Amino acid sequence: MDDQDSIVSFREVQKSYDGVSLVVKNLNLDIKRGEFLTMLGPSGSGKTTCLMMLAGFEAATHGEIFLNGKPINNVPPHKRGIGMVFQNYALFPHMTVAENLAFPLQVRKIGRAEQEAKVKRALEMVELAGFGARRPAQLSGGQQQRVAVARALVFEPDLVLMDEPLGALDKQLREQMQYEIKHIHESLGVSVVYVTHDQSEALTMSDRIAVFNDGVIQQLSGPDDLYENPQNSFVAQFIGENNKLTGTVKELNGATCQVALADGTELRAEKVNVDGVGKGTTLSLRPERVELEPNGGMDNKVTGRIEELIYLGDHIRIRMSVAGNNDFIVKVRNRGERRRLAEGQDIEIGWAAADCKALDLVQ
Amino acid sequence: MTDLTAEAPVLTTRDGKPLKASLARALRREKLRSLMLIAPLLVFIVVTFLAPIADMLFRSIDNRIVAETLPKTVVALAQWDETSGNLPDETVFQALHDDLLIAVEEKTHTRLGSRLNYEASGMSSLFRTTGRRVKRMEDGSYAEQFINADKDWGDVKTWQILKRFSPPYTAGYFLNAVDAQVTPDGIEMKPENQRLYLLLFARTMMLSLIITFSCLLFGYPIAYLLATLPLRYSNLLMILVLLPFWTSLLVRTSAWKVLLQQQGVINDALVWAGLVSNTDRLVLINNQTGTIIAMTHILMPFMILPLYSVMKTISPSYVRAAKSLGATDWTAFWRVYFPQTVPGIGAGAILVFILSIGYYITPELVGGTEGIFISNRIAYHISSSLNWGLAAALGVILLAMVLLLFYVYDRIVGIDNVKLG
Repeated sequence: MDDQDSIVSFREVQKSYDGVSLVVKNLNLDIKRGEFLTMLGPSGSGKTTCLMMLAGFEAATHGEIFLNGKPINNVPPHKRGIGMVFQNYALFPHMTVAENLAFPLQVRKIGRAEQEAKVKRALEMVELAGFGARRPAQLSGGQQQRVAVARALVFEPDLVLMDEPLGALDKQLREQMQYEIKHIHESLGVSVVYVTHDQSEALTMSDRIAVFNDGVIQQLSGPDDLYENPQNSFVAQFIGENNKLTGTVKELNGATCQVALADGTELRAEKVNVDGVGKGTTLSLRPERVELEPNGGMDNKVTGRIEELIYLGDHIRIRMSVAGNNDFIVKVRNRGERRRLAEGQDIEIGWAAADCKALDLVQ
Repeated sequence: MTDLTAEAPVLTTRDGKPLKASLARALRREKLRSLMLIAPLLVFIVVTFLAPIADMLFRSIDNRIVAETLPKTVVALAQWDETSGNLPDETVFQALHDDLLIAVEEKTHTRLGSRLNYEASGMSSLFRTTGRRVKRMEDGSYAEQFINADKDWGDVKTWQILKRFSPPYTAGYFLNAVDAQVTPDGIEMKPENQRLYLLLFARTMMLSLIITFSCLLFGYPIAYLLATLPLRYSNLLMILVLLPFWTSLLVRTSAWKVLLQQQGVINDALVWAGLVSNTDRLVLINNQTGTIIAMTHILMPFMILPLYSVMKTISPSYVRAAKSLGATDWTAFWRVYFPQTVPGIGAGAILVFILSIGYYITPELVGGTEGIFISNRIAYHISSSLNWGLAAALGVILLAMVLLLFYVYDRIVGIDNVKLG
């Protein structure tokens, strides 16, 4: 709230539905003006509850929410001036597309001529000019989606909330809509809070991503940072593909640490989230950072057995048995050199210490 | 041979029969089987429901009793000019004597008397007294003997009625049912103080509309609660809505008698609370108020259930969307929620209205004279006055009215727009 840059601030927000358990535990979050922020998390992680509290459909049990520096806990939803796109669009079925778009303008008592102009502009923005007279039921899923976006933007709010808006679309349409929403966001400069459980959607669209789990933000950072530098095992596991190795910290040397696995293998990893020598840790390693038969000095070298080869066109997935983990995935780019790989073969693999993060222990 | 190539080849099944015929036969068997399944019910309905209704409806125009009881008289009367002001001549009286002899033998003359009594009072006793005398009449000068037996035979009006109602079919019941009558001058309305049915039809419509409206008014919020409360509470509420359904209609209506009467529970409570003085207790029963209160209660589930099933399908996100777009609670309800419940209102309203327009028991018990419906009058004619023709005519008019309303309703609301779930 002190920060002029932030359009929304959550301060120590807690939410409980039943008075027994907290759905949102002590949320502190500042959303910058003009930012595309995604709340990402599995279902039940509290992300939608946060969105609903921001929209005004749920009351915070404790804490304050600020919009443009003003507390909005006691402001009813219709006075918050926040646009919202719902999961199933919630287009009014008894109104035409144009009437749907004009609705927020009518309740704001905007003149008829201006209404028409704005509706027309909004329809053009989502490339649906000429569809104004149709009913929502006469539109395809993607078109309905665009109308819902246009309706949330037509009254020019500075903040738009989107609650898994692309969940009902097929994959191809979803990807196309991701870009369109992204472009609309860039051209209008509106702030967007976007809720999804689809990590690739979050990575594609967002400026920043807040990863939710168990009512707590696990990590808040940009898409690349989230992937490259996960702060804990949940984030490493949730974003992208990840190999997990469990061990004990042997020694700490500056930014790295030495970790001993259960079978005695010792590995060097970047120290991110470890409690200290003698404590358990989970190592996280991206499959594409593993090299087969590394030449020269690698920080870590181990021998594993190829269990399964999966041909995927542009790359090959290799499932290996490494240090007692027989679900160790290695991704190799398909460069046409046709390595002699066979299932059951033992092969040496290696990776840099910087690519292997020592994180909190998960069982 | 060239013809064959020009024609499209007829597709056949492998045994050479035309495909279409085979398909029709295969489907016919299925249709027959499904018909067999509904046959018991169909027969039952035709025999016990449709046939009696058709028979009842036919009675509204049936007048064969006159021609069957007095065949010769009817033929003889055809020659008589009823506008002349003179009595019919001796041949008519002789025919009447011949007919009555047989009728008395078969004891059908009293039934004819009561039939004609619907058209003019006095006819019943006329036929009964004449019936006692007709055997003792001597040949010749029948006119004089009949007039001696009952001076009404000397009245031209008696003969006019007899002639007017000699055809086998009559509009008399229908005219009666709309408070009209036939006079020698044509069809005219009955005198003001004898009119009854038009008033009753109008009242039935009016009260049914009021009942429908109050069912909607009270049922809408309950249906809304049912559709939006958490399952635990809504199940309980649903039981409360349905509970009266499982109680006898008679019990519920009688309960209203206990509640509404002047020394009843409601009045006692009001007097006790000081809202109504003891000398000035409210008249809540045996009038239209009683009918409206009791019928609204009894028909309420028929409004709530269709409303509920429609509201159940309306996602709460619509109202949320409306609010997020800047609509106040009221605007969100009125412009977004309410229009989506219209199909439910349509279904509930037509159910309640059609049920109440033909309702009988409740108005009979709590309506007094002010609050009775046309169906009470129909029941009266069926079971007390035994004027089945008039009852049938009233029933036909009621049925026609409902069908007409249904048609109008279809044009305005659209039956497609009505949803029962």
